[in-house]
This record gives sequence, C-alpha cells and structure tokens, in this order.
Amino acid sequence: MRNLKAIYLKEMKSYFNSPMAYIFLVIFAVITGYFFTRTFFLFDQSDMRSLFNIIPLVYLFFIPAITMSLIAREKNLGTMEVMSTLPLRDLDFVAGKFLAALSLVLAGLLISLVHFFTLTQVGTNIDYGAVFTGYLGIALAGAVYSAVGTFASSLTDNQVVAFIIGIFIVLIFFLMDKMLMFVPTSLTGIIQFLSVDYHLSNISRGVIDSRNLIYFASVVGLFLFMTVRILEIRRWK
Amino acid sequence: MIKVENLSKFYGDVKAVKSINFELNDGEIVGFLGANGAGKSTTLKVMTGYLTPTAGNVYVNDLDIQSNTLEIQKQIGYLPELNPLYAEMRVYDLLEFTGNIRNITGKAFKNSLARVVEQCGLKGVIHRMVSECSKGYKQRIGLACAMIHDPKILILDEPVTGLDPNQIVEIRNLIKDLGTEKLVLMSSHILQEIQATVNRIIIINKGEIVADGTNEELMSGFMGNTKLTLEIKNAEDGTVKALTEKIPSISLVDSTTRNGSQILHLEYPKEKDPREELFRYAIDSNWVVTEMSPHSVNLESIFRTLTMEDTANA
Repeated sequence: MRNLKAIYLKEMKSYFNSPMAYIFLVIFAVITGYFFTRTFFLFDQSDMRSLFNIIPLVYLFFIPAITMSLIAREKNLGTMEVMSTLPLRDLDFVAGKFLAALSLVLAGLLISLVHFFTLTQVGTNIDYGAVFTGYLGIALAGAVYSAVGTFASSLTDNQVVAFIIGIFIVLIFFLMDKMLMFVPTSLTGIIQFLSVDYHLSNISRGVIDSRNLIYFASVVGLFLFMTVRILEIRRWK
Repeated sequence: MIKVENLSKFYGDVKAVKSINFELNDGEIVGFLGANGAGKSTTLKVMTGYLTPTAGNVYVNDLDIQSNTLEIQKQIGYLPELNPLYAEMRVYDLLEFTGNIRNITGKAFKNSLARVVEQCGLKGVIHRMVSECSKGYKQRIGLACAMIHDPKILILDEPVTGLDPNQIVEIRNLIKDLGTEKLVLMSSHILQEIQATVNRIIIINKGEIVADGTNEELMSGFMGNTKLTLEIKNAEDGTVKALTEKIPSISLVDSTTRNGSQILHLEYPKEKDPREELFRYAIDSNWVVTEMSPHSVNLESIFRTLTMEDTANA
C-alpha cells in the first residue's frame, strides 16, 4: 500500500508538473461545457443527460492520451529497469499508475460539476438520484477506459503506439452495443453484456444494479491483471 | 555474499550468458570486465531480479533470486547502465520517492538524505531538476538513489562511462570507500578504471567466464614469456644469428630493418632476465644499441588475449 501511494503521488506530480494535466482539464471542461450548454436551455429539461452522453465520447480520445505515457514512457526512458529492481510489486506499480490516471479523469468530472450547480440554480424538479448515478456511471466508465489505457501503455515503449492501441480497444468497448445488428442473434446477449455503454445506460437511468458494478469492477480488474502479466513476461524475455 | 550458480540467460536463440559460476564475498570490490555484448549487463540484470534466468540461479545470503526477489532487492543497491532517471523530477523528490519505495521516511529519510548528499557530493544540486544537472551529477544522483537505503550490496553497471577524468577519480574514490564495508560489483569495459578501483576481476567473454582473480593473479597467470624489442645499428648478420646460441634463454621472434637500424623482437621466460648478458654481447659484437625495451604484460593484453582468442579461432 505504501509503495502504491508512492507511485500514485509520483504520477500525480508528473501530471501536474507538466502541461499535460492542465491541457486535459481545460479542454475537457471546454468541450463538455460546450456540448452541455448548447442543448441544456434549448431542451428545457432539468437533467444532465446531454453531459452524460457526451463524456463517453470525449473519453474515447482523452483517456488514451493521459494513459499512453504511464508505462510506455518508463520503458522508453529505461526507468522501468530502475522500478523493476526496487522492492516494488508489479501490482502496486500498475495500480498506482492506474489510480493516478483515474484521479485526473475524476478531476475533469469534478470541474463539470459546475453544470450541476447551473442546474440547481435554474432547474425545477431535479432528479438528484439520476444525476448521482449518472456521475457514478461515467466515473466507472472512466475507470474502465483508464485500465484499458494502462494496459495499452504496457504493450509498447512507444507512446504514440500506446495511444493508438488504447483508442482501438476503448473504441471496441464503446461500439460493441452499437454493432449488435451485425452480430448473430445467439451472440447479441453476450456482446451487449460486454459493452460499456449498455451498463452505463443502465446506471444512468438511476438504477444501481450490482451486475453493472460487478461488470465495471471485473473489466478494470481484468485489464490491470493483464498489465501486471505483461510486465512479468518482460522478465522472461 | 552472492553466489551465482550455473547461470544462463538466452534471448531467443542468442545465448547471452552460458552457465556461469562465481561467488562474491562481503567487503570485496569486484570488477566485472568484458567487451560490449559479452553478457555483463545481462548477468547484472539477472542478479538484481530485472530478468529471470533461463537456467541456474543467483543466491544472495542464501536466498534465491527467483523466489525471494523483493527480499533480495531490499538488500541491493543497483545503478543500471546509462543511468536512467526521471528528468522532470527535482533531485530531492527523486531521492524521497526512492526512499519511500524503500520504506525510508521521516527522520530516517532525513538522515539517509544527509548521508548520500555528503557521500555523492550533491549539496549544490539537491533542489535542481534532474534535467538541469550535468552528466557527472546525474551519475552521482543515480548512485545516491542506489545507496539511499545503505545497502550491503552495491551493483554498478558502467558507473564511470561518460564522465570526465576528475569525476572518474571522485567516483572511484567513493567506490573504494564504500568497498571497505560493502560488497561492490562494478562492470566496465574501461580496463584502467577496473584496475584502479577493484581488488578482484572477473572477465566474461561471449557469455562465459574466462578469468577470475586478483589483478596480480591474472598477471602472473599470463606472464609467460616477456617480449623485448632491441634496436641496434652496425650489426653483422653472423653476430645476430649467433645471439640465440650465446644466450640460450632468448628466442628471436623476428627481425626487421628500419632507417639503417635492425629491430629484433625477442622473447625470454620472465624468470630469466637476459638483459645484462645481452648488453655485454652487444659490446663484444660492436653493436650500437639505440633501444632496449621489455614489454611487461598488462591487463589490456590479458583482456585482449582472452577475448580475442575465440574470434581468432572462429
């Protein structure tokens, strides 16, 4: 746990000591703000659905961008050798990095709370439960994509390649339930269940179902587990 | 104590290290010598738990590296080749981060920091960004990170590469100081550096250990015949030919002529120094001796002999 914290703090410092975090937060705020306010007053509805619809799309590019450097850069700089020869478990190393990326994503979501305050000021009959579950859903989706990005970053020492692999895998999860018409009927149930959007829409409707939570936790766990395995394989090469 | 037992490491078809064995004892400074690609860094990477051996094992104080990796890594300080550092961090933050991972925090960290800053001479740069430091300072920062937990074993991969002569002397003195109480294993392909710093040398070539001993042991094992160059003028062919009969311990390797001088390359067993007899013979034969220089064996020639043999045979 101590090592996980040390890695986490180092990554957070690394994000905030470089322009990376600020660029991410500003662009995230501008894009989500633009898409939210564009339709918020037009539709005249007291909900944040338009925000929750746009954020997964923004994630598609932003999360692979903030995760691409996590491990690929360590490999490229050679600092991976230093890390691997410190008394540090691969799991602490990977989890610390993942949590740092997730924290940055959550910081982005925190900034978007400004729209929630707008809603509380101008809205009527606000469904606070739906807002809460909506935020919970996109936070969990952010965790899944951050885990995918961390995994992609462990596959290569080239950050651009890590970014492209990250986008590719995130895109698969994103598009899965939008491609159901092309899938044999016998597989649609499985494909739909594997899709992030399916679970996200369930949660966003205001229903916190343990199946959805288990899904998000399992996908995060699977990708972090695979990342640890990838790091272990390196020792055997 | 470190024991390397039948250690092999293959990268696919490339056999980087082939079943090597050696033991290192506490308080020793050992130089690990080899040409580029000989298997030095691979061996060190296996010893530090960065790579898993294909066969064999490494034991550190009777713990084996494969099942006790973290435990062994706690006891070892390692400076990798090329000294990779986080350039965007401040020196203090980097040392604090390394200390945290090694469970050195609070007052213990302050004490450790003061020790490594003193030992590695980092006082002037402690609050600078790593990227702003010179190469010499970066090397010292890497060394400070490796020593923050005051390890009993220090493994340094090419610690002086790229440093200027003054910095080399400083790092050498530091390693010598550390060697009085720690086991230091340093690799290098700079022979003079190894010779000046360590008290035992292991030479590795093509993944195999070809020599292991103190500087003197290696020298005496390789002394064999001493070579002697003799440059003479006014020498008749007959007197040159008669030389080996007159002084039987000498053998004539070859003879060339340059600018009217004859240059003889001679060899003699190290225990039978014939130079006085040679001098008298030269006077008797009316030679004008313009040069007489024996070539003692040095580490460089031993290294070349050991590492070039296979190439010549191949």
